[in-house]
Amino acid sequence: MKPRAGGSGTILKWTLAMAVVELKKAKKSFGSVDIIQNVDLRIEDGEFAVFVGPSGCGKSTLLRMIAGLESVTAGEICIDGEQVNGLDPSERGVAMVFQSYALYPHMTVKENMGFSLRIAKRPKAEIEERVAEASKILQLDALQERRPSQLSGGQRQRVAIGRAIVRNPKVFLFDEPLSNLDAELRVATRVEIAKLHESLGNTMIYVTHDQTEAMTLADKIVVLRKGQVEQVGPPLELYENPNNIFVAGFIGSPKMNFFEAEMAKGNKLTFAGASVVAPTAKGAVPEGAALTVGIRPEHFDRDEKPDGKIDVAVDFVEHLGGTSFVHGFLSTGEKVIVEHRDAGSVKSGQSVSVGFSAKDIRLFDSEGRRIR
Amino acid sequence: MLLPACIIISAFLLVPFVMSFPISLTNQRLIPRPYRFVGLDNYVQVLTDPVFWQALWNVTRFTAMVVPVQCGFALAMALLINQKIPGRNFFRGALFLPAITSMTVVCVIWGTLFQFPTGPLNQIVGFLTLGMAGPIDWLGDPRSSMPAIVLLSAWQAYGFQMVVYLAGLQNIPADLYEAARLDGASTWQRFRFVTLPGLRQTNIFVLIITTIQAFKLFTQINILTQGGPRDSTNTVVQYMYTVGFVGQKLGLASAVAIILFVIVLLISLVQRYVLRDRK
Repeated sequence: MKPRAGGSGTILKWTLAMAVVELKKAKKSFGSVDIIQNVDLRIEDGEFAVFVGPSGCGKSTLLRMIAGLESVTAGEICIDGEQVNGLDPSERGVAMVFQSYALYPHMTVKENMGFSLRIAKRPKAEIEERVAEASKILQLDALQERRPSQLSGGQRQRVAIGRAIVRNPKVFLFDEPLSNLDAELRVATRVEIAKLHESLGNTMIYVTHDQTEAMTLADKIVVLRKGQVEQVGPPLELYENPNNIFVAGFIGSPKMNFFEAEMAKGNKLTFAGASVVAPTAKGAVPEGAALTVGIRPEHFDRDEKPDGKIDVAVDFVEHLGGTSFVHGFLSTGEKVIVEHRDAGSVKSGQSVSVGFSAKDIRLFDSEGRRIR
Repeated sequence: MLLPACIIISAFLLVPFVMSFPISLTNQRLIPRPYRFVGLDNYVQVLTDPVFWQALWNVTRFTAMVVPVQCGFALAMALLINQKIPGRNFFRGALFLPAITSMTVVCVIWGTLFQFPTGPLNQIVGFLTLGMAGPIDWLGDPRSSMPAIVLLSAWQAYGFQMVVYLAGLQNIPADLYEAARLDGASTWQRFRFVTLPGLRQTNIFVLIITTIQAFKLFTQINILTQGGPRDSTNTVVQYMYTVGFVGQKLGLASAVAIILFVIVLLISLVQRYVLRDRK
């Protein structure tokens, strides 16, 4: 591996290890409960992968399996081509940043960052140098002698990241690292992590339940549900082309609207009083089939000449300044959210007609699978 | 709500304690009689009595032995029952049992175990050494009497320290151990760099409490040896009891109590200073 010039102008003195992380039919059970079921996944060298999903979907467990903090019930985990199932966490070449930071409370910032090297009995000079290097990247120079209790949440998080950098791992693992920070700091730290990835270039795996973090940080998003991978792909791919109703609903904020629909004669979709030519090949869906139509709030009223219109009884309007979210109901009683750029013109109690284009419709069968 | 507790604590702890100071400056007897102010005579008498110094030396020896044994054992047991082992709740209960057993009962049981020459402990010693070590007169031999008292005291009282240590252990976040595993720390290093520093405050509390308790050693002595053989287990409180209740010199006994209080206070302060957080 070659030394790299950091994206932010920092030159790293030590060479960076990188690695492909591969999961082959990885499975984890606690007793008779399967937490992770046959996950096959490949994360490329230098890629920033984000595991995302609702709480209890197994994303943290999957990360901990890669870290070696949880054993693997069946299947294989490979890092850099080597099977690591039986290896101790410290032998896997991974470093982890915990949600709670997990800094050693009785050690100074410097001691925290250098702890792994001290355990590995590295020479003092080397420890000093590597800690100083990482501190420089994270602007922790002035805090070297402080204890974690004397630091703010954001500073603690940086120390935790610094502790990971010092170990010079092949793979960085982040377990919901921003959850304990306030909104402003979360955005700032998110940007820092993105920059860090750019400058270090390591493989990084990041767990979050926040789809915004996933969308903004990831090269590749892995959507998990009930211990299974629902879809893997780049953020925009998942946004534009969800494989199923779960991914469609999970990616994007506010979430996609779903309406019950039926396939009528002539490849026409009927729902909520609207009728529009289906965005699928003729005959792909049998006539009379029950379907679900998905339209994102931001996709209403985009085109001058919409393919169809639906009436919305406005219940409530959220004004965000540049844009507004109109919450309402269709004639069928189904809930709908519409993004409205002409703020102030819509009031609750009103009825508005909003247009949509057939190309913005995502169609799902009765099982929730996407029909293309 | 606090009133009953305040009244009871005042009546049985605070008032007697405050009263003992003026009493220690008089020649008051146990049975009410006319008494007079004697200044520091009682203190002089106590501090020039070789039996008092022997008792102080004995209780210091006892403390030096019982604190590491009792706290070490309590910590070891706390570490054990903090693990996810089968029957954990059973062990938690069983290991705490001696602590809720009356010291008198414990003394009767251990008195039987210590019996010379055919008691169970002597039989075990004989079996383990294949008869090479002769029976030991545990409580009758000045060389073994204090270690025997240490053994039974530690066994009776470690439960409390164990529970305090367990609470301390459970306060250490699990992800610190995980971070240490990722950093490559071995089991011993995790104990050394995560558990021990995490138990720092607990340790200070446990060591001070145990030291104070140890200096107040009395019940076991009074039941099993009455300070013998040859004053080898005589303690300051036993000495105070003998002076106050057998000798009926309440003023003198109060002086002993005040001296013991000052000694315990000094030791606690020194311990706190030595164990303080240096950074």
